[in-house]
Amino acid sequence: MLNRKLRRDLWAMKGQALAIALVITSGIAVFVMSLSTLDSLRGTQASYYGDYHFAEAFASLKRAPESIRGRFEEIPGVDHAQTRVLAPANLEVEGFDDPITGRLVSIPDHGQPVLNQLYLRRGRLIEAGRDDEVVVHESFAKAHGLEPGHQVTAIVNGRRKELKIVGIALSPEYVFPIAPGSIIPDFQTFGILWTARTPLEAAYDMEEAFNDIAFALRPDAQLEEVLNRIDGIIERYGGLGAYGRKDQVSHRYLSEEFRQLEQMATIYPVIFLGVAAFLLNVVVTRLVRTEREQVATLKAFGYSNASIGLHYVKFVLAIVGFGVLGGVVAGTRFGQGMSAMYMDFYRFPYLDYILQPYVVVTAALVSAAAALAGTIHAVRQAALQPPAEAMRPEPPAKYSVSIVERFGLRRWLAQPTCMIIRNIERQPVKSLLASLGIAMACAILMLGFFFSDMVMLMMRIQFGLVQRDDMTVTFVEPTSYRVLHELESLPGVVHGEAFRSVPVRLRSEHHDYRTVIQGVQQGGDLNRVLDVDLQPIEMPPAGILLTDFLAGLLKVKPGDTITVEVLEGQRPIREVTVAGLVQQFIGLSAYMDIEVLNRLMREGRAVSGAYLASDSLLEPAIYSALKKAPRVAAVSVREKVLRNFHETMAEQLLTFAFFITLFAGTIAFGVVYNSARIALSERSRELASLRVLGFTRGEISFILLGELAVLTFAAIPMGYLIGGVFCRYITTALETDLFRFPFVIQPSTYSFAATVVLTSSLISALAVRRKLDTLDLVAVLKTNE
Amino acid sequence: MSSSNDQVKQSPRDIVFKARDLAKVYDMGEVKVQALRGVDLELYSGELVVLLGPSGSGKSTLLNILGGLDTATSGRVSYHDKDLTRASDRELTEYRRYYVGFVFQFYNLIPSLTAFENVAAVTEISRDPMKPEDALAVVGLTDRMNHFPAQLSGGEQQRVAIARAVAKNPAVLLCDEPTGALDSKTGIVVLEALERANRELGTTTAVITHNADIADMADRVIQLSNGFITQVDTNERKKPARELYW
Repeated sequence: MLNRKLRRDLWAMKGQALAIALVITSGIAVFVMSLSTLDSLRGTQASYYGDYHFAEAFASLKRAPESIRGRFEEIPGVDHAQTRVLAPANLEVEGFDDPITGRLVSIPDHGQPVLNQLYLRRGRLIEAGRDDEVVVHESFAKAHGLEPGHQVTAIVNGRRKELKIVGIALSPEYVFPIAPGSIIPDFQTFGILWTARTPLEAAYDMEEAFNDIAFALRPDAQLEEVLNRIDGIIERYGGLGAYGRKDQVSHRYLSEEFRQLEQMATIYPVIFLGVAAFLLNVVVTRLVRTEREQVATLKAFGYSNASIGLHYVKFVLAIVGFGVLGGVVAGTRFGQGMSAMYMDFYRFPYLDYILQPYVVVTAALVSAAAALAGTIHAVRQAALQPPAEAMRPEPPAKYSVSIVERFGLRRWLAQPTCMIIRNIERQPVKSLLASLGIAMACAILMLGFFFSDMVMLMMRIQFGLVQRDDMTVTFVEPTSYRVLHELESLPGVVHGEAFRSVPVRLRSEHHDYRTVIQGVQQGGDLNRVLDVDLQPIEMPPAGILLTDFLAGLLKVKPGDTITVEVLEGQRPIREVTVAGLVQQFIGLSAYMDIEVLNRLMREGRAVSGAYLASDSLLEPAIYSALKKAPRVAAVSVREKVLRNFHETMAEQLLTFAFFITLFAGTIAFGVVYNSARIALSERSRELASLRVLGFTRGEISFILLGELAVLTFAAIPMGYLIGGVFCRYITTALETDLFRFPFVIQPSTYSFAATVVLTSSLISALAVRRKLDTLDLVAVLKTNE
Repeated sequence: MSSSNDQVKQSPRDIVFKARDLAKVYDMGEVKVQALRGVDLELYSGELVVLLGPSGSGKSTLLNILGGLDTATSGRVSYHDKDLTRASDRELTEYRRYYVGFVFQFYNLIPSLTAFENVAAVTEISRDPMKPEDALAVVGLTDRMNHFPAQLSGGEQQRVAIARAVAKNPAVLLCDEPTGALDSKTGIVVLEALERANRELGTTTAVITHNADIADMADRVIQLSNGFITQVDTNERKKPARELYW
């Protein structure tokens, strides 16, 4: 019998029940979407790394004879050492005029390498004895429409070579193919190419030698110890410092991205479910109150407290059930969509979409627990009331003169306005909660948009205040300062500034961090260093500047001394004073005056590259001149970087913002609509009485909707505050050594959140207004509450 | 016998309400309930009428139609020259706003407004109303006027409702079981307030009740049963409310 009542109650409240279920659906959808995407990516990563033998340690060096390979395998913990040749190259693809940086990676002359095996998408590996065949990374191939049989030109060491594409492949080493020094991948201007070892050795002057080595380790290997032993061997061959998998560029980007995804997967659903629980609480409390006589009657018939309590628990769980079901279905679909988007960005050969049972179970349990916690109080009230008490009509609610009126405003206020004020004041907690619900919706709406505000500001700072050059040229190895004059004499180059970057390990007590020291020219204007207030600063005549986040990692402050272990050349170890802190949003560098750095390195005036300001009309001529220069390893062009950013990142950000906005909009509407509907059912008797007394529809709408309007307007600034806290939390939670974000919320984000809330309010108000117009005047006069 | 009663008798044929062949059918889905089955009726200016009948007799339906809360299924009802059967919702709202005062069994006060403000809520929207304090004086609640409904007894709440109804100087006062939720002693205080309003303000008053004892205070008693008017009696001698007992 009670089950039938349950069905009818649900049906009678279908609008509200649906609105609440949608809120739960939104929360669960975000949860399932994020976690299933995360699980899928992690699962895919793990099986891909395993199946294709991704190396666990890496080291680069200048040049070492192949004969020393055996020494690595003698290191305890090393299972296999795989030497290879990596060569930077400039690439040319027919029909594409911009500079393309490439990296040639050697694979055995025949067959797969032991480590970092290739996943062949199409075509084949290189045939034994062929020196003109190449396998191309899929992202590069796709970006240029390259297929097996096509040609690509590589300029290695100043020598051009035509290469024939025989295969399109992927590698666990380049899931996130990013050019050295870049912050976002550009598939068009950076390509990975695999060629046979012997011809690459010949082209890059590496006969019987190697300049890179990858390691497989035993399960019991002590990573730090192994890396030290490797460094000990490669030191005299120009070793650049061995590192573990966690510092491998592609893997590190993936880890960071996964970590951010995990943050999203916790913060967003918690907020969304919290709001849903609040809504359920309000609705059920109200339902129970209007049902007190029915409850009393049921109890008078002999239904037990438990069975009546169970009735309401079922009621709540039915709504939660619908919400969870919808959320799992929607979350799975969006999760597949999002995984597909990541697949486009990260190059995995396949994706195992995994929806783990724990995700669904957690989602269901969390929602049910949140909902039940919210309703338990109301249910207890319903179940514990003595029937006789419950059957008596509720006494008129107690009111008092409001504070506003006591300030002497009373005579300026008409009775309906007074009713609005007193209603809000009579139940301050309830009014606050109703307002808070709307505020939460407003806050969530900010989360979607603030994210792109932040990234956009970061880009504006990076490309407006920091990187102001038109082109960055990087040399294969440190070069004499004279090269700057050669660059400046190229037609079209207006001005050039040299830089020196040195890979180092910075150490302070037991904290250490691997990074580069950027040597910057005094008075330079093309690549500036900003202080923590984002003001450009001059290089100090001595000492080192650290990014504030890096100083935090090393636990040092200005004035302290840190140890600099240089990882190239003579590998000097020096003590340097921290001269100050700087702000940097991308990467964690340290900065020194270039001449101070040269002295520290005990070298002449050496440079690693140069920033150029150029005449944009003559840029193509500059590229072709640079392409022919043998020492130039890479050229990156500001315009291309920015355009690429807008194409790739903008898509991700917009997709994310779209989902969040969709869900947040649903919540905003759910909260506002329910607040309005609850107010309507609580007040319908009073409003109908006023209608009977001759008040018009407009006048009674003013009383009800005026209250909603007051609560909504109060909610918006409150929402801004809460949203600000959420946003700040997310900014901090997403801080990594790769990226930090400047905290900013643009006015457009504020106005967007307010617009959605106000629009939801307006729609809800219209829906309620329609109900008010059909209020049954006769019925309310006959019932006593 | 008071002077106002003489007044009633001097202009006895001034008709306020006139109903002809009034019928009302409630369509409850599968069942149709015939609440009124052809009622003919006149109410005269200034008189106090009691509509008497058991529950289900159609008396509330009749009062609701007269008050512009409901519309008849067939037949005609007019207030002076105004045809209520054909009025739109807007016209009915205006009619209630300016001409009708209601008193209900459960008072229907606005809990967030004080006694004074409950009355003022109505006077604010009417033409030529009384002062709220004057209306409260009529029901003898001058000293309770700043109390909220929750601070008033049931009888006091009902008297506020009467003050609220008469404050707009309505042409008619319609009362649906005004003592239905009260004990007899309190009920009589409420009826005295009604009687006084009728006498001093000359407001045409119709009181619905199933309590036959109340009928003694009326000028005329109209009995309903099963949707028909079964009997109309004129009281030769009205009993003052204070002499009633049940």
